[in-house]
Amino acid sequence: MADYKLIGKEYSTADLVAKVTGRAKYAEDFRAEGMLFTKLLLSPMPHGRVRSVDTTAALAMPGVEAILTADDLPAVDAPEERMLTNEPLYEGEPILAIAAATEEQAANAIEQVQIDLEPLPFMLDPLDSLRPGGSNARLEGNSMDGRDLVDIKWDNVDWTQVDNGTLPTDGEITDEWEVGDVEAGLADADLVLDETVFHQSASHQPLETRTAMAYWQNGKCYLHVSTQSTARTHAPAARWLGVEPDDVVLIAEYCGGGFGSKISGAISSGIPGLLSRKAGKPVMMRITRQEENFIGRARPGIVSRIRIGFRSDGRLTALDLFSVQDNGPYGRTGDFMAMADQSSLMYTPPNMRFRGVAVFTNTPPRAAQRAPGGVQAVAMIAPMLHKAANQLGVDHLELMKINAPAGQQVFGRPRQGQQGNVSSAFVREAVDKAIIQFDWAAMKAKSGQRNGSKVTGVGVALSSYAAGVSGMDGLLTIRPDGRVYIQQGVGNLGTGSVFDTARAAMEALQTDWEQAEVVWGDTSKHLPWSSVQAGSMTTHAHSRANWAAGLDAKRKLQEIAARDLGGSPDSYDVADGRVFRRGNRGQGLTFARAAQRAIALGGKYDGHTLPEDINAMTTVAGTALAGLGLMGIAKDNFETGGRNMSYAIGFAEVEVDTETGGVRLVDYKVSSDAGTILNPRTFAGQLHGGGVQGFGVALSQKWVFDRRWGLHVSKRFYSNRPPTILDVPHERKMEWVAAGEPDPFSPLGARGIGEPSQGAGTGAVLCAIADAMGGEYFNRTPVMSDMILTRLEGLPEPIAKLMAHA
Amino acid sequence: MGDVEQIQEQQEAADGFSRRTFIKGVIATGASVSASSYVFRDGTVVRAQAPGAVERLVTLTVNSQQRRVDVLPQETLAMTLRYKLGLTGTKIGCDRSECGACTVLVDGVPHYSCSMLTHQVRGRAVQTVEGLEAADGTLHPVQQAVVDEQGFQCAFCMPGFVMNMVSLVAEHPEATRAEAAQHLAGNLCRCADYNKILNVAERALELSRRS
Repeated sequence: MADYKLIGKEYSTADLVAKVTGRAKYAEDFRAEGMLFTKLLLSPMPHGRVRSVDTTAALAMPGVEAILTADDLPAVDAPEERMLTNEPLYEGEPILAIAAATEEQAANAIEQVQIDLEPLPFMLDPLDSLRPGGSNARLEGNSMDGRDLVDIKWDNVDWTQVDNGTLPTDGEITDEWEVGDVEAGLADADLVLDETVFHQSASHQPLETRTAMAYWQNGKCYLHVSTQSTARTHAPAARWLGVEPDDVVLIAEYCGGGFGSKISGAISSGIPGLLSRKAGKPVMMRITRQEENFIGRARPGIVSRIRIGFRSDGRLTALDLFSVQDNGPYGRTGDFMAMADQSSLMYTPPNMRFRGVAVFTNTPPRAAQRAPGGVQAVAMIAPMLHKAANQLGVDHLELMKINAPAGQQVFGRPRQGQQGNVSSAFVREAVDKAIIQFDWAAMKAKSGQRNGSKVTGVGVALSSYAAGVSGMDGLLTIRPDGRVYIQQGVGNLGTGSVFDTARAAMEALQTDWEQAEVVWGDTSKHLPWSSVQAGSMTTHAHSRANWAAGLDAKRKLQEIAARDLGGSPDSYDVADGRVFRRGNRGQGLTFARAAQRAIALGGKYDGHTLPEDINAMTTVAGTALAGLGLMGIAKDNFETGGRNMSYAIGFAEVEVDTETGGVRLVDYKVSSDAGTILNPRTFAGQLHGGGVQGFGVALSQKWVFDRRWGLHVSKRFYSNRPPTILDVPHERKMEWVAAGEPDPFSPLGARGIGEPSQGAGTGAVLCAIADAMGGEYFNRTPVMSDMILTRLEGLPEPIAKLMAHA
Repeated sequence: MGDVEQIQEQQEAADGFSRRTFIKGVIATGASVSASSYVFRDGTVVRAQAPGAVERLVTLTVNSQQRRVDVLPQETLAMTLRYKLGLTGTKIGCDRSECGACTVLVDGVPHYSCSMLTHQVRGRAVQTVEGLEAADGTLHPVQQAVVDEQGFQCAFCMPGFVMNMVSLVAEHPEATRAEAAQHLAGNLCRCADYNKILNVAERALELSRRS
């Protein structure tokens, strides 16, 4: 790697002291004079229609100030979601909201609402909706074909196959693509595996619920929300409120976790904004944990029939995917499509076919969750590769390597007949490093070892996912106080990227980090256009954008120095807060002096003339900051080498207790290929944290519904259980390693790593359990102790194989 | 499979059944529709002026300061800290003893402040995350360890973990990494940054042994 001043070095992010002293303010930590509280009336049934509402008694209750119903909101076309509804499509969907002086008064007023709801047919399970005569989750249909709502029934299908746990592949689907000839590829194979696999839906469960607070001042709404992205939540917030973005000040300095459920905030956050306008007072809406379970989001479950052909050396000859997605009630999530793309990338089958359909259900709304579709792909396919390696007598890592993407790998759904390619892939290098550093031979030797009732299993899984976009803007000012103010539209969601990517600008200026001030978290602070903080986009997008802004500032410093001190701009260098003559450091200007000179010169130097190719939001921000100092402002126009993808490889060692069915995770190590690492500690946090979230998907998080009433029975942490500190290896540090190859198509070569890390954990632990059990595969997540015990005892499966939320 | 057929039958029966029963239920009482799930504190309808209830002005000792505060009989310590005393560092993640984000020290012992009534802590010393830093800005060893190790991600769980770690270093200064994990098992981190959290715990133990 190149010799950097800041990139790749450990440091502590600027927000840590605020967080650790309790001074950091999340949405619920703000107060405003005269603040009211609101409570929501949530649907008690999974699908219904409001026939009538009588709020007379409720509005007469003490303290009540305002009410908001769906009738106050503009209509939308199905299947778009509104913040309140008269046709709830899942249990817990908000119907109306009441604001009162205290939260108790608001809750008591909700109790007095007389509401008559007409129950409508509901559907919890996507496969049941496809059965002849099956109910639809929506009155308009049960699926989408392009933008049209359609009603799909598999009248031609042999449903006894489904009942026996096999997904038929002759039912109607809405999406398909093929590369090569799958049937020919399968015919050429030495081994064909043909399996049906069920992947559960899983709530995001951020620790901070989607609480929001709002007030209006001089016609502007000040909205405090929990969101992953700042710049990219501004326009959605304006839409929730029905105003122009200029009339919204969005404040989101901290976000207590999102994982994809708060990419552009939460639509419910508009409720206190609209109530506040009605009441003429500030309104706080605290969302409880149980409410979060309903209105928070979830990863869509997918059931797939998967056929894979292998050569005797482990190389794939063909991959055939047929998927049914549990879509929830709104929109259409792309997981089932992304699952196919990522499978194509991770296993590079020369022949591949994808067919699929997303089916609406009356369960909580779905959204992207950390590697949407990617985690499902790894969880469902990695155990099949594990099985194939065993049957073919090929080492698991050799099988991974022979199929791994390399270079500018071509993959995925063809567009206009052409597949796209990645910018780079160094997966084999990442595997080879892990083989040495993790001592793969020793790890493998533990497979099958017995210790009393406990058997050790070892599993590995490759996980890929998107890791960067480009074309965003960077904006900074070097001011007469000598400091470098780096404006970030990037949200502070916990990954550290809001600070880590700002360091790219200081790297370009070769100046100490202590001289930088990162400005973030409030749209009134003149923030530039940014990517969303999702899909691991930020590290790539904003290391580039801030590098561009840093180089722009550097050039302007050089020009000012040449103007004042003579010579050509190229004869000057920038470092340590100064611009100086190369070879004569004494001759130069401090940043403080150069900032004053920039203000005097005006034009492009202090932001009075702005580049033409930047986003309108950046132009507004640049205009507001003009004249404050020397401005570095630029769009990321650097070259790109294709779609940016990163890779994580999980190595799990588990102990399965054959007496209790318990699974103990003994060790978890992870290797990676994500280009240059900006900050090793936040990078490692993503690798391990993502992996642990993956364990939750594999082992413990689970939705259970009462099928008679369509009601959720696992609404809280204890019943839909994320991993605790004792569920993960905690006796020694978890290790990690990186391929260490910068992405050749980026100036700093950095890509994101948050997404692929989760699937690596899920896949590795599922393979490790199968390994411990001597090749027993469950083809279903989560794998819980009852499933393990009944399998060990040879009893019937406790859960029908393809049943959702059971 | 027999199971599936049986469940299908149940489902079909339910489809017809639910319509009638829901309508009856809904007509019978609006309250029954709305009482179950969305109310403050999940199902417990808290009435501000329950018969016989008396609002009381009490004196609390929080972060070594005496604070006079008007407390409702049913008020939790977390709500008093956050909404009466302005100490918003203490977070509410679940409001029901599941996540530990609201952990504070009462007489040096970690407690879930969401599940303690404020009236229970009269005469006892409450310490929150705001009370750790010295007057001169020196961070507590646990806080310093967080900064040193770049611990935690979104940090919504951090105040609870930090308070629990303060009791760890005080009560078990020689704790191992595994023992620290046992001590911290009542706190949930959804970013699942447990590896770095345990790095912080080890660093905090080391710093406090040194001081």
